[in-house]
Amino acid sequence: MSDTATDPPHPPPVPPAPLAAPRAASGLYYRHRLPVRIMHWINVVALTVLFMSGLNIFEAHPSLYWGKSSYSGRAPVFEIGSRERDEGGTIGYTRVLGHEFDTTGVLGLHRTAEGTTAEAFPGWLTLPGSRWLSLARSWHFLFAWIFVVNGLCFVIYALVSRHLARDLLPTRRDLRGIGASIVEHLKFKHPGGEAAKHYNVLQKLAYLTVIFVLLPLVILMGMGMSPRLDAVFAGWVDLVGGRQSARTLHFVAAWLIVGFVAIHVFEVIVTGLWNNLRSMITGRYRVPPENAHE
Amino acid sequence: MSDAIRSRRRRALRRLAAGAGALWLAGCDRLASTQWFGKVLEQGERVSSSISPLFAGRRALAQEFTPADLSPQFRSNGTSLPNSPAYQALAAHGFADYALVVDGLVERPGRYSLAELKALPLRTQITRHDCVEGWSAIGKWKGARLSAVLGAAGLKPGARYVVFHCADPMEDDGSSPYYESLDLDDALHEQTILAYELNDQPLPVKNGAPIRLRVERQLGYKHAKYVMRIEVVESFAALHGGKGGYWEDQGYQWYAGI
Repeated sequence: MSDTATDPPHPPPVPPAPLAAPRAASGLYYRHRLPVRIMHWINVVALTVLFMSGLNIFEAHPSLYWGKSSYSGRAPVFEIGSRERDEGGTIGYTRVLGHEFDTTGVLGLHRTAEGTTAEAFPGWLTLPGSRWLSLARSWHFLFAWIFVVNGLCFVIYALVSRHLARDLLPTRRDLRGIGASIVEHLKFKHPGGEAAKHYNVLQKLAYLTVIFVLLPLVILMGMGMSPRLDAVFAGWVDLVGGRQSARTLHFVAAWLIVGFVAIHVFEVIVTGLWNNLRSMITGRYRVPPENAHE
Repeated sequence: MSDAIRSRRRRALRRLAAGAGALWLAGCDRLASTQWFGKVLEQGERVSSSISPLFAGRRALAQEFTPADLSPQFRSNGTSLPNSPAYQALAAHGFADYALVVDGLVERPGRYSLAELKALPLRTQITRHDCVEGWSAIGKWKGARLSAVLGAAGLKPGARYVVFHCADPMEDDGSSPYYESLDLDDALHEQTILAYELNDQPLPVKNGAPIRLRVERQLGYKHAKYVMRIEVVESFAALHGGKGGYWEDQGYQWYAGI
């Protein structure tokens, strides 16, 4: 869709500022507009609730399958549980494609103040804090609708305000610089000056992947688990292999989003926690000087 | 901006973050236990039940499958043998004495033997059963169309819900019978049947013999097993816990299409 022949109307990069440049060069820059800031924080709350309540829902049947049903004669592709060992004692286990791993203390079996509890995930990671399917579902679906509406608002805003075209779509120049950008990221070098006012190419690609692939995937696969929404076009969920495949993909996508959040938060911290946080709260970002690499 | 202001801001931010974390961990559960937030949380169900019919219309059909998709065993969940002497006596005689009671807001209340139910317009369908826990199983069901039963009985004005009273007590002392309810959209839906066969065999006791409800666009707990009586009502508020079903009375959503 994007016409990379025409670069978005960025001002051309300013030549490196002299080292003696006054503070003005690193003054506060209005980086995130109000709608983006509001939608970002709604998303943080919604995704946190969705992830934690989703894990609680998963506890009700901590096995994942590939296909239309769970009882097809084939074993689960993924399973968390606990069992007695032949040599005595109970272990927590995780089975992936038939390979079993002892995950006592991490998955399947947890040590608590009262002894051990046989749950897939520790209570502090789930909402509510102990197995409670009906309440977890209430949390999950209320925030799912908030998340969906917020996401639709974001997409409309990003198109109408040209946030997408201006800030998120990589330019041809960006794409040519992928290699260099990867090296910079690996060295924890971060741009300063004018370049710091724009997302870098890896950042743009990560955001686009999350916004247009992972989040739509997690929503669609969630809807694929709904018996009523499956009836919108009977059989549509078979496009991904069936309802149980949709459940598996929902789970995988949720963890990929967690992976993105982990990297995102890591980058926020190493590129200046307070500066970044302020820019997502007040919108104002202190542009680091050109030669700064931290 | 002076360094003093900046460090004060940082302190405030740090406190905000720590406070938010603590509030989050301790607060969510406490919040959910308050009456007002419980009500807020229930709004998700209201949104789901009003939005999903906009996409999947009142008459939209659930997916149907082929014999190749059938689960080798159709899992029994919940009650597998009702803890009720009356039911067990019926089962011992092969349900020869069984009669389904149809009453409430109907023109012609009545009782239907199994033979009479089998004489009604029927439907056979291979569908997927989705449990609220997350698993699915595929089975072939044959049964009387609920629309035919309700049509024969004739709905009175004011009829809004169809309640299914079941033979299985949910408490060890024999109290708290299972029950469920549907609105008329789902009750009159083409795939909503009172199944008496599973996979070409008489419905086994563990799966709800002699009659279980199939309501294919909702989760498993709506599919009442061991149905003894169908009551048409204007409101289910006065029945049992008032939420329209055994699991609904325990906090589960009445609308189980999501």
